[in-house]
Amino acid sequence: MQRGKKLKQLLYALLYLSPSLLIFIVFIFYPMLKTVYLSFYLTNPHGDPVVWKGILNYGTLLSSEVFRKSLFSSLLFVLYTVPGTILIALALALLANARLRGIAVFRTLYSATIGVSVASAATIWMFLFAPGNNGMFNYLLTLLGGPKVGWLVTTQTALPALSLMSIWMGLGFNFIVLLGGLQSLPEDIFESARIDGAGWWKQLQHITFPLLSPTLFFVLVVDTINTFQSFGQFNILTQGGPDNATNVIVYSIYREAFFNSRFGPASAQAVILFVIILALTLIQFGVVERKVHYQ
Amino acid sequence: MKKRLTQTLQYVLLTAGALAVVYPILFAIGISLMDAGEASGYPPHVIPHHVQFSAFPAALETAPLARFMINSFVVSLIVTIAQLITASLAAYAFAFLEFPFKRTIFLIFLSTLMIPGESTLIPNYLTMRSLGWIDTYQGLTVPFMATAFGTFLLRQYFLTLPKQLFDAARIDGCGPFRFFRSIVLPMARPALGTLGVYAFITTWNQYLWPLLMTNSTSMRTVQIGIGMLQFQDATTWNVVMAGVVVILLPSLLTIVLGQKQLIKGLTSGAVKG
Repeated sequence: MQRGKKLKQLLYALLYLSPSLLIFIVFIFYPMLKTVYLSFYLTNPHGDPVVWKGILNYGTLLSSEVFRKSLFSSLLFVLYTVPGTILIALALALLANARLRGIAVFRTLYSATIGVSVASAATIWMFLFAPGNNGMFNYLLTLLGGPKVGWLVTTQTALPALSLMSIWMGLGFNFIVLLGGLQSLPEDIFESARIDGAGWWKQLQHITFPLLSPTLFFVLVVDTINTFQSFGQFNILTQGGPDNATNVIVYSIYREAFFNSRFGPASAQAVILFVIILALTLIQFGVVERKVHYQ
Repeated sequence: MKKRLTQTLQYVLLTAGALAVVYPILFAIGISLMDAGEASGYPPHVIPHHVQFSAFPAALETAPLARFMINSFVVSLIVTIAQLITASLAAYAFAFLEFPFKRTIFLIFLSTLMIPGESTLIPNYLTMRSLGWIDTYQGLTVPFMATAFGTFLLRQYFLTLPKQLFDAARIDGCGPFRFFRSIVLPMARPALGTLGVYAFITTWNQYLWPLLMTNSTSMRTVQIGIGMLQFQDATTWNVVMAGVVVILLPSLLTIVLGQKQLIKGLTSGAVKG
């Protein structure tokens, strides 16, 4: 009797849950397993597994100069991009947290990049980075007496240039989240600090930053995950070049799978990407759990 | 006196920040309003000397931007509606129904957030190809018709609705589905709005999946189609920027109109935990 009722409850709940579950199974869980499966094979151009390679696919990858460079470039790209975005967005959020007339306008402007797609951002920045005299950055450089730079075609500058563009793109999201964090801080602590004579910097250092740290950690992890997954700017601006300097993991997966039809080795790279993202997500969940505890 | 000085300084900094952030967008708009000569002239500048709109018809001629816009709009709308339906159904079950394995199923939803789309790309592409769904709206929309993030967002909101409502409705002989449709959904309008705005913009801005899914020009979305403007030798900066402005407008408008909604959605994960 009891069991019958439970089964009925489950079946009834599944009426509501099955549309989502069906999509997840077909387009997330099954393909994830299939990716792992394919990563042990060499495939034909149609994507059917033909030659069993087992763990060897991974061995070949990890010992390959090109793949190690891919991993390194991804890491470097994250290191350039994430701290930059967070620091600038934090500065903007602190500015826009003031109670001033017309502050809403500034807040809207600061969040604007959240609506900018990677394709339009990349196209705009392609022109800002134009190698000739009439590229905006080169023009500014020559005004300062500097040399002209082939921003996107020079190995040393290509990755930093893409980072600069990505920092800009990330400002809107980071600003919105950090401003939300600042606004949720309890006002009375600042009040009593002011009464005790604590100045602007002291308040920032001893109250704002510590209290904001959960939010900062949240954007740190989310940005890192998102930045690892960047693709559009690489495809539009550099195609992985010059000399593989911007051949980050996701771009490399795309190249291997859809240009070279090497679906097996590409899948092995996709599994490695999954492991990295999984680790980062688990860190994030861990922190969110902790945050709930001390609030 | 000192207060006035601080305020002036704040406004100066705020304005400088705003100019720096919005500069690339202003640059795109400025260039799109120039003629070809001025747009590629030296020194580069943002404010056009002679405002004119000839770049826009030129952009529409170079690439079927209108067609791309329609494709993007249809795809974004389908995904948004589908996500609102699937997520609100699932969120309702998690918030109001009692059933065995609730926690397990919740964890299954949660785990989808840990699998990056790039890791499932290859099999999904192969599936679509074998189904013959490449260059179709199904191919562009079906994989995104469910969302764990949206489900959590709505569940969070549903949980704030008083539980007594549910009991009262049941005593009045209102079944769970009618309760969902005529009480929960209308009350959850703000949360549904948040998810709607978020889903629309995210889909509108998608790049990698539509790049793989569309081969024919007539099925391209705007994000992929914009590339067509860059690789034509005859076109110039003003034309490309006109294209960029055209595809930026819908999402920027959505942001301005739906900003409150969007902020609520984005901060719910961070601030409330």
